[in-house]
Amino acid sequence: MAIGSLLIANRGEIAVRIVRAAQALGIRTVQAYSAADADSLAVRMADDGVLIGPPPAAKSYLDIGAIIAAAKEKGVDAIHPGYGFLAENADFAEAVADAGMIFVGPDADAIRLLGDKVAAREVARKAGVPTVPGSEGRVAGLDEARALVEEIGFPVMIKAAAGGGGRGIRIVQDFEAFEKQFPQAASEARAAFGDGGLYVEKVIGNARHIEVQILGDGENVIHCFERECSLQRRRQKVWEEAPAFGLSPSVRKALTESAVALAKSVRYRGAGTVEYLYDADAQAFYFIEVNTRIQVEHPVTEMITGIDLVAEMIRIAGGEKLSIAQEDVRIKGHAIECRINAEDPARNFLPSPGQVSGLSVPNGDGIRFDTMLYDGYVVPPFYDSLLGKMIVHGPDRASAIWRMEEVLGALAIGGIKTTVPLHLAIAANPDVIAGAFHTKYLENWLAGAPLSETATETENVR
Amino acid sequence: MSKVEIKAPMPGVFYRKPSPESPPFKADGDDVAAGDVVALIEVMKSFHEVAALEPGKSIRFLLEDADAVMAGQVIAEMEG
Repeated sequence: MAIGSLLIANRGEIAVRIVRAAQALGIRTVQAYSAADADSLAVRMADDGVLIGPPPAAKSYLDIGAIIAAAKEKGVDAIHPGYGFLAENADFAEAVADAGMIFVGPDADAIRLLGDKVAAREVARKAGVPTVPGSEGRVAGLDEARALVEEIGFPVMIKAAAGGGGRGIRIVQDFEAFEKQFPQAASEARAAFGDGGLYVEKVIGNARHIEVQILGDGENVIHCFERECSLQRRRQKVWEEAPAFGLSPSVRKALTESAVALAKSVRYRGAGTVEYLYDADAQAFYFIEVNTRIQVEHPVTEMITGIDLVAEMIRIAGGEKLSIAQEDVRIKGHAIECRINAEDPARNFLPSPGQVSGLSVPNGDGIRFDTMLYDGYVVPPFYDSLLGKMIVHGPDRASAIWRMEEVLGALAIGGIKTTVPLHLAIAANPDVIAGAFHTKYLENWLAGAPLSETATETENVR
Repeated sequence: MSKVEIKAPMPGVFYRKPSPESPPFKADGDDVAAGDVVALIEVMKSFHEVAALEPGKSIRFLLEDADAVMAGQVIAEMEG
């Protein structure tokens, strides 16, 4: 069934992006909004809007019942979840389908399967995708663990099976430390989580984060090459590029083909991303996880391939086959995206909601600003701090960085603090220009407070 | 007896508990010492503690957990 009308169950810049893509396809758009977003750009642009609840996300953008009720009231054919909120919630996808509407994304079973870390790793392994060397599930005891470590080599991570979010992890460098720490980790895990089960995994040092964009229609799967997203702060990507620099043609081929193999093995339908750790020294990549939705950083892929990923995922959801063949997907030039947040980088990224004034956005060839901002818009305090994404395209990486610096210098967002100064500093950083960074680089660099006002003062005192 | 008000220092979402599974920082009727944390405010996905600036007796919250709050809005009252 072709989609004639679409409810957008999200907000901010991605809601604007989806409204635009849907309208270009001739689809009637209905923007779901919380009471805090009644004046949002997406609501203004959409053909219709529907209030789904009060400002806190738990009572609006995360309220499955309210969203389904709004969609039924407006009689839409489909719901687009965007990213974040309910985008990877299998229960939501199921509720949409049960209500007789189309969920723009893979079905609930695929979301559930790929959203489970252990199950997804198993899917990857079966599809021949390299996973981080380590135990398949829990290690039975010290003897088994020792044998495993002899095989995979140090350094290794001892992880509590019941841990999560970085808790219950120890990194050990040699056998002496391993023999001592393993039993300690087991009793600590038993005390902390009521479960002494442990995993052992190799530590991939100085790894980069590289991910492959995939599109599938349930039968066919193609990739749209990869993105480099190693510059992160608190596990949030800050600066993204496409393609990844420094990949040999054979590594790129193996990487992208592995993502396609994984997606094909589950008959993937929709847009998705397979994330990897990349060890540049060993030229080896390892599966991390699959994201079953459109990603924030999808525009860099669109800029280098010319493919409209959001339009493509809506078409696929409407029952169409992929409109692009793999051999037609080619890399042209280099693209970079900077996530511009309402945070003060000089004051430890303190959130800065409030009214925007004096907005001035540069435009021209190879410049794209995906945003929900308009002059006079009041950035609400209730949601994430993303204001927009500045995306530039150039013939090569060096010219893209140079263009980003120029464009950010010309971008004016008044009234609130933004992370533009951070991005200007990144664009001028010699290690970034040289491509010499990994996933911990940005936090290590920021620990030296390169943007802090107090840092300059301290230097002056000295 | 005078009334002591505790105001939200910033806009966001108001929480009475440090985490969803935890008991509230203060129950209605509790006494509060200066510096006691009484609430959290979530601003753009980051959490900020709200502490009482002065002591008071028998605190009474004026908002429900997870309500939206404006900067300067009174979140609780106590007897001074």
